[in-house]
Amino acid sequence: MQPTHSSRRILLPVKSWFIALSLASALLLNLVPLGRLPGVPDWVALSLAFWCVHQPLKVGMGAAFFLGLIMDVALGTLMGQHALAYVLLAFAAAGWSRRILWFPLAQQALHVLPMLLAMQLVMLATRMLAGGEFPGVLWFLSSFSAAALWYPATYVLLLPQFQPVERDENRPI
Amino acid sequence: MSVVGHAPPPFFKRGPAPLARLVFFVTVCLVLLVTDLRFHTLEWARVVVATVVWPLQRAAYAPVEAAGGLGQYLSSLATLQGENADLRRRQLATANQLLRQDHLEQENQRLRALLDMKARQPAEGRVAEVLYAARDPFARRVVIDKGTQDGIAAGQAVIDDVGVVGQVTRVFPLMSEVTLLTDKDQAIPVQVQRSGLRAVLAGAGAGSLELKFLAANAEVEPGDILVTSGLDGVYLPGLPVARVVRIDRDQSFSFARIHCAPLAGVERHGHVLVLGGRIAPPAPEEAREPGEKAGKGRRIKRK
Repeated sequence: MQPTHSSRRILLPVKSWFIALSLASALLLNLVPLGRLPGVPDWVALSLAFWCVHQPLKVGMGAAFFLGLIMDVALGTLMGQHALAYVLLAFAAAGWSRRILWFPLAQQALHVLPMLLAMQLVMLATRMLAGGEFPGVLWFLSSFSAAALWYPATYVLLLPQFQPVERDENRPI
Repeated sequence: MSVVGHAPPPFFKRGPAPLARLVFFVTVCLVLLVTDLRFHTLEWARVVVATVVWPLQRAAYAPVEAAGGLGQYLSSLATLQGENADLRRRQLATANQLLRQDHLEQENQRLRALLDMKARQPAEGRVAEVLYAARDPFARRVVIDKGTQDGIAAGQAVIDDVGVVGQVTRVFPLMSEVTLLTDKDQAIPVQVQRSGLRAVLAGAGAGSLELKFLAANAEVEPGDILVTSGLDGVYLPGLPVARVVRIDRDQSFSFARIHCAPLAGVERHGHVLVLGGRIAPPAPEEAREPGEKAGKGRRIKRK
């Protein structure tokens, strides 16, 4: 496994406990009550998209569903609102993972942005049908800030898998 | 390739196809959505999960609380002095009314006894602190720090020192959710203080309220104060709710569009008072059918 498919660095295998830890800390970050501050990224969506792109066999729609349910209860939203959006996000991310990983990080972020926006649109449609109020255009800022965080998130979440580069002068490949 | 009787080892087993899994999960989500929206039968699951998640929520709240405490500590002496002076002035201004309150209440009771009317219900309340605004951009809700452990129940009215703030809509063991008046799903029966005209006030989102279903020529003017009418059996009558801000009397519609602003600090945080549940007055004797049970026909309206 490489950081991107065009990279020549080989990564160590991923540890399941680290995936669980990162998703749990993303959940904790999401629970910080910041009210209606615009532009706060949905940390769970970001880390979920990341792991679905990098480890589509380990993290998938099941994890997305349960994280979504916890979010629904913790934020007091409609039951199934986040779950539906996250499941669709996980499906899209896993389906696109082979394509996304061929690109450099900035272009990966450009792939992730429409997925996050579509996730917010799904949530918006759900709540508007249920009779909620329109949260304003600024609410969509959170997708942009999450996509901008794709670059640092990649390095933070892949950190335990990097290994020191060993150069052998006798075998220069 | 495989020898007869020997299946190839399960290298490529990945469970059901992604599309099949997607259809399964989306179906489950849709069922959950409809169940929660139409039948409201998932509250028990919410309470269970919320109780488990509660420590996590408190942990996430700790840094915000600490930052707030630090900000308060650093708030300058001048601000505090100004606030103090303001409070003292307000206390003096209301002292007259406060000192005569007992006297007035007794007089009121005597007069009511004379008129043979039912005594107004005494209000009992529980002070709670607003912890934070719920992070749901589609609704207007706040979380307070008292729950079923402190005797809070869904449906109770929440007020602050100026007027009605909202209503408790969901209760957990250690906290509860208050839907603010400005929420789109929240409605409150009010009457215009000046004319006694009764109407229903509903939230319009974005921090404003709208007086619904009043005829285009209804007797309402900008600046009118709206108070609770008490017809619903939830809110005590006479609590200030909102002030009329603007009226659009368009003759092409049968109803006037009446925009109001809440009086209480609905979108601000601080301490609130959760009023105890109000018992609806029993139906009058003559209204009852002979042989009918006493409790039937009486209902407590929620919302």
